[in-house]
Amino acid sequence: MASLSVENLSKLFGASLAVDGLDLSVREGELVALLGPSGCGKTTTLRMVAGFLPPTSGRVLFDKEDVTRLPAHKRSTGMVFQSYALFPHMTAAQNIGFGLEMRGLGSDERQAKVEEALKLVRLSHLAGRLPREMSGGQQQRVALARALVINPKLFLLDEPLSNLDAKLRAEVRIEIRALQQRLGLTTLLVTHDREEALTMADRLVVMDGGRVRQIGSPRELYDAPKDTFVADFVGRCNILPGRRESETAFRTDSGLVLAVDTVADESKNAAAFALRPERISISPGATGDVLGAVQAVTYLGPQTEYHVRVGSEVFVVVRQTPGAHEALAAVKPDDLVSLQWDRKAPRLVPQAS
Amino acid sequence: MSASLFASLTERASFGRVLMRTLVVIAYLIIFAPVTMIVVTSFFSQEIVSFPPPGLTWHWYANAWDKPEFLRGLITSLQVASLAAAVGVPIGTAAALAIVRGEFPGKQAISALLLAPLAVPGVVAGSGLYMFYVLAENALDRDITATTAGLVAAHVLLTIPWTVRLVVASLQSLDRAAEDAAANLGAGPFTVFRRITLPMMRPGIVAAAMFSFIQSFENLDLSLLLVGPGRTTLPVAMLNYLEFRIDPTLAAVATVQILIVGVLMVVTDRFVKLSQVV
Repeated sequence: MASLSVENLSKLFGASLAVDGLDLSVREGELVALLGPSGCGKTTTLRMVAGFLPPTSGRVLFDKEDVTRLPAHKRSTGMVFQSYALFPHMTAAQNIGFGLEMRGLGSDERQAKVEEALKLVRLSHLAGRLPREMSGGQQQRVALARALVINPKLFLLDEPLSNLDAKLRAEVRIEIRALQQRLGLTTLLVTHDREEALTMADRLVVMDGGRVRQIGSPRELYDAPKDTFVADFVGRCNILPGRRESETAFRTDSGLVLAVDTVADESKNAAAFALRPERISISPGATGDVLGAVQAVTYLGPQTEYHVRVGSEVFVVVRQTPGAHEALAAVKPDDLVSLQWDRKAPRLVPQAS
Repeated sequence: MSASLFASLTERASFGRVLMRTLVVIAYLIIFAPVTMIVVTSFFSQEIVSFPPPGLTWHWYANAWDKPEFLRGLITSLQVASLAAAVGVPIGTAAALAIVRGEFPGKQAISALLLAPLAVPGVVAGSGLYMFYVLAENALDRDITATTAGLVAAHVLLTIPWTVRLVVASLQSLDRAAEDAAANLGAGPFTVFRRITLPMMRPGIVAAAMFSFIQSFENLDLSLLLVGPGRTTLPVAMLNYLEFRIDPTLAAVATVQILIVGVLMVVTDRFVKLSQVV
């Protein structure tokens, strides 16, 4: 396994800048996720790392070796494609063996490695199947095995879970992460699914408009987003524009005065108050600082979501679903409730441009 | 909602289904009626076809076998169709690759030009070719009309457009990620083409070969002026026969022709599912 560095990478498609001066590094054995909305340049970046697209400027390095001009077939990366991209006319075993064949391995050695790879993804019984005779989940595991069997310098995942149903997605997510950690794979993952990125990655790179918005651990990005875009993209967030009024207060544009601590202020030009829905506690009646009227109560099983109107703003609050006999369980629309939060919980961040 | 309304809705739905099925059956009848009629009349025992027949016979098949022009025509047709497909399919495939994958000026025009022969009536194209061949013969001082080569060259005008059409369609639906995947696994551009792209194009190419063959094998109008004594294709031989006689011999020959095309389609379908390509 190698480490990856991307230096000042740009890609121009016609007149539009798909990737704009991107810097990025993935340490050996680390899983880094590129997260962003469609069109943010994450897939373009991955394709430049794989060698499918020549960058307009900038460099791509595996360890210290500059591979910017190296064609895809000489880069020795193992990629799992969104559509899996299995070879339809080859069996699972032939698909997996293809990369080994390209490396000139003899058929005995090849067969041994293919069997090992099939066992790794628990598909030994389907070695002779064609892709169209397999389910989506099985095809995906063949794609994984095919990418890993060549012992790549870099493991590349392009939205690998987006074609699986929700239940399978959660399982495969854990499975891939476990495999990645066990084998110590240096991995670059591209996804638009924040949950996928948060649960799988060691570090996240949030991208927008071809640029990096913020890089950090999932926790850092979730708890301390640098601007409203990141705050909103890595999870749900109550974002209220306004300005700091004093050491302990923030005034929203709509005139609400909200409690914050100085710790929460990250930036000189903070123009929004950002607070995660689960950091707000809610209680029936007029017991706290911020009073509001319930607009909607949505039962989600383990959690319940409340929409509370305070002045002209609506706060989203997510709490563990209260037991049937708790006072909170009786709260219904139009009831008066109080909201409260730790003054260190909100972040004051600049508005994303 | 009232029960009666619900009932009338399902009634209407099932009426629609019945209507649909009836129309499908009628459509199939219309398609297959002529074919069935030909096969059936080829066994009628009297010379002038009337219904019901006085008896059934194999006589017309024996009669067709005894006429050398039909057997020779069949051999010529098989030969010409095979050669026209063998020449046209590789050219058409290469052209399709260039149209779908290439970037060059005049791509649209070339693509239109390659399909154009399908839009020209066969008799017109045939007459044009005949005049061109005669001019070329005079200029080059060698035979072109009434030669197999001349006939094959004309039929290639049928096989190229069919191949371009079918192979372009199959290339457009081809998942290019598979080619990226092969490159990612270490295959150079030529290996990717040989091991991945070409096999993935196979259904389209097989279908193109089959349709090209059939188009050439059945062609009458384009060939009319280009055949010569001893170099007559089966459809032209049938037309010639028709000028002098009308008896079920022709139906017998046509039945054999239908059989050959049918067998070809069934065999092809075993290798590639035609319904997925065409």
